Amino acid sequence: MDGALPAQPGAGSEAMMLIPSHHKPLVLLLALALLSSLLVLLGVAVGSTGFSWSWLNSSEPVQEQILWQIRLPRSVGAWVAGGLLGLAGAVAQGLFRNALADPYLLGASSGAGLGVALLLVLAGTSPAAASLWLRMGLTGAAFLGAVGAVLLTLILARGVEQTMRLLLAGVIVGVVLGSATTLMILMAPDIMRPMQAFVMGSTGFLGWNSVLIMAPLLAVCLLTALGSSRALDAMTLGESTAASLGVRLPTIRLILIAVLALATGAAVAQAGLIAFVGLVAPHLVRSRLHCTHSWLLLLSALTGGALLLAADILARWLVAPQELPVGVVTTVLGGAYLLWPMHRKPLLENRA
Amino acid sequence: MKSITPHSPALQTQVQSLQLQGQTILHELGLALQPGQWTAIVGPNGAGKSTLLRAIAGLLPMQGQLQLLGRDWADWPARDRARALAWLGQNESSSDVLTAYEVVMLGRLPHQAWLAPPSSADHAAVLQAMQQTQSWDWRERPLGRLSGGERQRVLLARALAVQAQVLLMDEPLAHLDPPHQADWLELVRGLAASGVAVVSVLHELNMALQADSLVVMQAGRIRCQGSPERADTRAALQQVFDERLHLVEVQGQWLALPAAPSARRATTAASVSPASNVLPLKRSAE
Repeated sequence: MDGALPAQPGAGSEAMMLIPSHHKPLVLLLALALLSSLLVLLGVAVGSTGFSWSWLNSSEPVQEQILWQIRLPRSVGAWVAGGLLGLAGAVAQGLFRNALADPYLLGASSGAGLGVALLLVLAGTSPAAASLWLRMGLTGAAFLGAVGAVLLTLILARGVEQTMRLLLAGVIVGVVLGSATTLMILMAPDIMRPMQAFVMGSTGFLGWNSVLIMAPLLAVCLLTALGSSRALDAMTLGESTAASLGVRLPTIRLILIAVLALATGAAVAQAGLIAFVGLVAPHLVRSRLHCTHSWLLLLSALTGGALLLAADILARWLVAPQELPVGVVTTVLGGAYLLWPMHRKPLLENRA
Repeated sequence: MKSITPHSPALQTQVQSLQLQGQTILHELGLALQPGQWTAIVGPNGAGKSTLLRAIAGLLPMQGQLQLLGRDWADWPARDRARALAWLGQNESSSDVLTAYEVVMLGRLPHQAWLAPPSSADHAAVLQAMQQTQSWDWRERPLGRLSGGERQRVLLARALAVQAQVLLMDEPLAHLDPPHQADWLELVRGLAASGVAVVSVLHELNMALQADSLVVMQAGRIRCQGSPERADTRAALQQVFDERLHLVEVQGQWLALPAAPSARRATTAASVSPASNVLPLKRSAE
């Protein structure tokens, strides 16, 4: 297929050297890994008494116990949950070709909320029920609720053929399940308080078992999403172009929705409804560099992890010895981050 | 004019009907596209040009038959088909994430094994395509930061990088300035000369009139298919545009000039000065 235009002289040999390099994402990857390790260290050091660095090399059994069995799993857990949300956000934004898409787009959050409310109503809120058993039950209920809601969305949208139908069905499922939860709270006001911890998001319950559940899921979801990353790249050119390039859109959509549901469901089940991390993490990555989806997915997961862990540290430290709900911190920070460019832009345009 | 060789068609379709949201967009029609030929689909707004192009790209469900390189559409594995047929759509991209180079490299997707890094052949194809469209200079800029014309050239390079035997383009000249329209013309002629079947929906009739073959559409049907050199093709063209079109031959090249309603009456009265050049077409009495 020789084109009609003559090739520019000498361009062929130069071309291989001029191919855009990929060192920028690698730098960001290393920076995020370093930041994450530092944050874990901080997270282990911060407690109800503020920062306590001396604890880090203490050999006192109580302090060691607190470090290894409470603070470390909580910090690692917060990072992994944030990673799941960051990845889910990047997947949602790529899948729906919309920078405002977030992990809760297909009704996962309302489904999880309904699951938790249902179980609380059934189990009652007596002190005896506030056991580890209930805690695990709630996790399961939230996960099933989240995944169930996404399945319901898929059924209502009659499959994955049309993106618009999916979005619409997701909104409907979200609203309907949300009002069902509200109705339950109205009928059984006792569940209000435990529900609140869930709705605002909390990293306080994260232990090693949460990490053990979430970490493999993060790995599986990340690898699966990375496997579809080129299809996501192609989809940025429009669905027709992607289809013309041999991308099997229905299959890819189904895979990515499964990743979305699993990642979101796992994070929500363990840490409640944490707002903005999934939305902001991919934005932060894109504001730093332009890259293909393989990098975007990976970096968004790392950014999400760092974000939620940082928010968790702030939540523990700001009003120590009290603790803020981590969801409140992410909402304030995320809202501020999204508002900032909006606040700046009109000024620039007026000046021009 | 290229003589039509007795090849089997590169793309052949027999549409019974095509409906979108309960509305029939395409009626019964047949179309065969020869390799080494550039075909332009023209017609007034709403004639079904883009729908026909999307239909023969296999992007729309239709009742009828579609054969690519002599093989039924359904029998093609997705990747093989993607290597044989390239598609350039209209206003589809929203990507502000990928650089121009990465966008063009997506054209190589059907050539690459799953997750395999691009081969040197892939890089060479991208380089060639970007040079052909003169878009190599902004290879590292994100697609979303390019101007309309620059973006169009990158997207054209993306379609070229597929190196398919059939190339379908919907409004490929959108946002292109005249020099780059001329470049596009030369590019398309070069592709056709190398055996590619090129099909484009065009609003720019002056460009379309230089195609090897014109498909003249109106109201979801093909009114005429043939070389613009033929008088009946040009007559059909004037007809579907409501006779509000002057076709003038200048230096062996047909040009289409829009005619105002008043000018149409003047034409009807056969009083336009370069009358020898203006096609005397059936003029209904007004």
